Amino acid sequence: MTLANSPEQSVSSAELPDGSDQSIESFVRSHTGWMLSLAKRILRDDSDAEDAVQTAFANIFKNLQAFDGRSTAKTWMHRIVVNQALMTLRKRRPQSEEEIDELLPVFDANGCRIEDDWANPETPEGLLQRTQTRSHVARLIDALPDSHRIVLILRDIEELSTADVAEQLNITEANVKVRLHRARAALKKLLEPLMRGDAL
Amino acid sequence: MITRRKKVMRRIHGAMFKLPLMITCEAFEDFILAYLDGELKGKQKFIFEMHLGVCRECRDYLRAYKSSMELTKATLTNSENALPETVPEDLVQAVLAARGQV
Ligand SMILES: [Zn+2]
Repeated sequence: MTLANSPEQSVSSAELPDGSDQSIESFVRSHTGWMLSLAKRILRDDSDAEDAVQTAFANIFKNLQAFDGRSTAKTWMHRIVVNQALMTLRKRRPQSEEEIDELLPVFDANGCRIEDDWANPETPEGLLQRTQTRSHVARLIDALPDSHRIVLILRDIEELSTADVAEQLNITEANVKVRLHRARAALKKLLEPLMRGDAL
Repeated sequence: MITRRKKVMRRIHGAMFKLPLMITCEAFEDFILAYLDGELKGKQKFIFEMHLGVCRECRDYLRAYKSSMELTKATLTNSENALPETVPEDLVQAVLAARGQV
């Protein structure tokens, strides 16, 4: 598994704290950053994300002895943060899931795609040079329904495998694939004004 | 006029997609994920790419789909690689304090 957003690729178990106050403090300092940005990405709320990180650290410390080294420590910690954030997310009021249907591709009775012409689309490289692009895209991702947004984040951003995402969300791999494709298709629809050059 | 021309084109496509080794755009849609994951092999891949070759709508669609993925990755990956999250000191202290109580 690769973790695209992590500054260091992995943490070996030797880098887990040995129990001294000093090792624990430096461990907490070096991992809070990526754990917090991961939790924020899932929860879209700073204070919920901080709570999730705090609970995740408590779980990490509690299970430190049980860590078996079968995965890297970073993978193990990543999983704990995702689990904790998902737990918080489940406690929230469920969102309507139907809204994504309106964003999916449309076909006529013969199964032919109905797609507006793409005359001179903007390139991602060009768009990314503009300062507002990133925050605009981030807002649109946040607008996706949670069930699809989380799959997109874990697969396309965190680069977890389909099997890992299925396990963490407790859904089938086929379901992960369907949701990922729908999330991407919906996001493409939301990004169309930007990519066609008539947004911002 | 443009919409009328498009309707005619779609009717022609609709007939063409019934030929052997041809699929509809709707069927094409279901294979996009597997195609991008490199999971289509042999005949399936051939059929997918054949549709891509004859259907401008799906070509445009797939290009936009991939651009959108690229924008998403660049937005959520690079921005934070370049600017690591500043670590809130009160959170660090809270984690350490909680640890002390165990
Ligand atoms: Zn097509």
